[in-house]
Amino acid sequence: MTTHTVVLAEGLEKSYDRHRVIDGVSLTLPQGVCLALLGHNGAGKTTLMKMMLGVTRPTAGRLELFGCTPATAGMAFRRRLGFLPENVAFYDEMTGLDTLTYLARLKGVNVARCREWLAQVGLTEAASRRVKTYSKGMRQRLGLAQALLGRPGLLLLDEPTTGMDPMVRQEFFQIIREVCASGGTVILSSHILTELEAHTDLIAILCQGRLTAFGSLETLRHQVNAPVRLRLSVADNPMNLLSQLGDPTSTRVDEQTVDIFCSTQDKMTLLRRITQIESVRDIEIHPPTLEVVYAHLSNPGREPTCTP
Amino acid sequence: MHPMMTIALKEFRDALRNRWIVSATLLLAGLAFALSFLGSAPAGGMLGVKPLAVVVVSLSSLTVFLLPLIALLLAYDALVGEAERGTLLLLFTYPITRNQLLLGKFLGHTGVILFATVIGYGVAGLAMGWRGDGADAQSGWAFVFLIGSSVVLGAIFIALAYLISAWVRERGTAAGLAMGVWLFFVVLYDLGLLGLLAATSGQLSERLFSWMLLANPADLFRLVNLGTFENVRVFSGLAGLSQQVTWPSEILLASLLAWLVVPLALAMWRFRRVEP
Repeated sequence: MTTHTVVLAEGLEKSYDRHRVIDGVSLTLPQGVCLALLGHNGAGKTTLMKMMLGVTRPTAGRLELFGCTPATAGMAFRRRLGFLPENVAFYDEMTGLDTLTYLARLKGVNVARCREWLAQVGLTEAASRRVKTYSKGMRQRLGLAQALLGRPGLLLLDEPTTGMDPMVRQEFFQIIREVCASGGTVILSSHILTELEAHTDLIAILCQGRLTAFGSLETLRHQVNAPVRLRLSVADNPMNLLSQLGDPTSTRVDEQTVDIFCSTQDKMTLLRRITQIESVRDIEIHPPTLEVVYAHLSNPGREPTCTP
Repeated sequence: MHPMMTIALKEFRDALRNRWIVSATLLLAGLAFALSFLGSAPAGGMLGVKPLAVVVVSLSSLTVFLLPLIALLLAYDALVGEAERGTLLLLFTYPITRNQLLLGKFLGHTGVILFATVIGYGVAGLAMGWRGDGADAQSGWAFVFLIGSSVVLGAIFIALAYLISAWVRERGTAAGLAMGVWLFFVVLYDLGLLGLLAATSGQLSERLFSWMLLANPADLFRLVNLGTFENVRVFSGLAGLSQQVTWPSEILLASLLAWLVVPLALAMWRFRRVEP
């Protein structure tokens, strides 16, 4: 299968009244991947999405989606996009089914299958209830259903999982996986890092409008060179073990457990030595989590203003 | 279905759902009936009055107060309300243009006014026509004209409401401004005009006075309804005024249309510049 470039940004900039919200963002996104867009509040995630949607125009730089410039592209281009805005409340007095039917008509999609699509996001029972009775998570699911209308080639989801309980989140990421598997591209922003780790292919970190990192989690781990954590269970006093290993950086957890930190490069050498030591009963290996990577990359030393 | 029709139907259904249409229709019908009974009271009959013509006079005075209010309340949050719900940003990413969105809403809201006026006033008119007293053909046409021009008056204030709604960022501001617009055009403007006349002891230039009446859609509505049909003019108490205000009906109607088109075009222009 040939993969096409879905999103292409070069030196993208957006300023409001001299305040630069997006500052020289360049990235390329192929078909069929899921990108997690991370950043503090106000880092420019929503602005970046709005530019991709063609709702706001960049002040400088180049942005192309499916080879079109979003701000000037026609209606056919918009049919290829699905969008879930942050905090969309929909229409309180309409039922879920009415809302989806209305939006499907506007998008030019056959409305006969709306019930089916509501079932896909788990809103079968709530379909004929007014949206004002919906919980935050249910509104988000209705939002996802409308974003999926017409099987768009690019899904832009702004904080899609807020208010969803863990079970629903699993189903949500299942749907995202299916979209990617069938060749769709997904960009989603989120604050909950742990869930993104398992479900996204690429990660982009925005900090004060600048793209401080872009790549797979593996690439980013290498980039920050965050330490790997080895948790060892030992039969006797862990202090003996530590001195045998030449006192690496470590923290005592309890009487028989100790955490050792080492760089990715030193990991294998250290592991080989540890396995030789008889008092070690068990080893757990924890590569740096996305949270650790994010903390490193969203707080570059020269940017002290970027506080969480 | 055309996206504009989809939006228009949604707005109409919304008005059905929240009982806007029912209450507006009942209100207009109730008042029209009440006035038609007052208008056909024995005194009128004795003087050989054509009751329907009298009803047209009293109904147009009532319409000037009521319909702008109904229209403004119906439409003031049409755009800013969507912005606050977060649906405006969503709709901007849908395959519809901003003009289609605004005009679709305009069609829907005007449909609500059309429905309420035609049914509300129409039923009362038919009832009087059925009884057949004093409902000569000319008065009948004057009544039909009243219904038509009422819809136009409603549409004008819907357009003004959109202009507000496209300009402000909060629903509360829009509501306040909408009430301000109503107060200005419907109440204060005429008071001001009266005050001006009194202050100049009626010496206000006729030309200026005529122009000032064109500058208010509510006054225009009164003028076209009270001045167009001969037998209505007789009872309007405007007989004297109509001689002073020498605008032909075409000018009055054209100005009324301008009051519809200009605010709507301005609202569309402004709406294209909204960044959600």
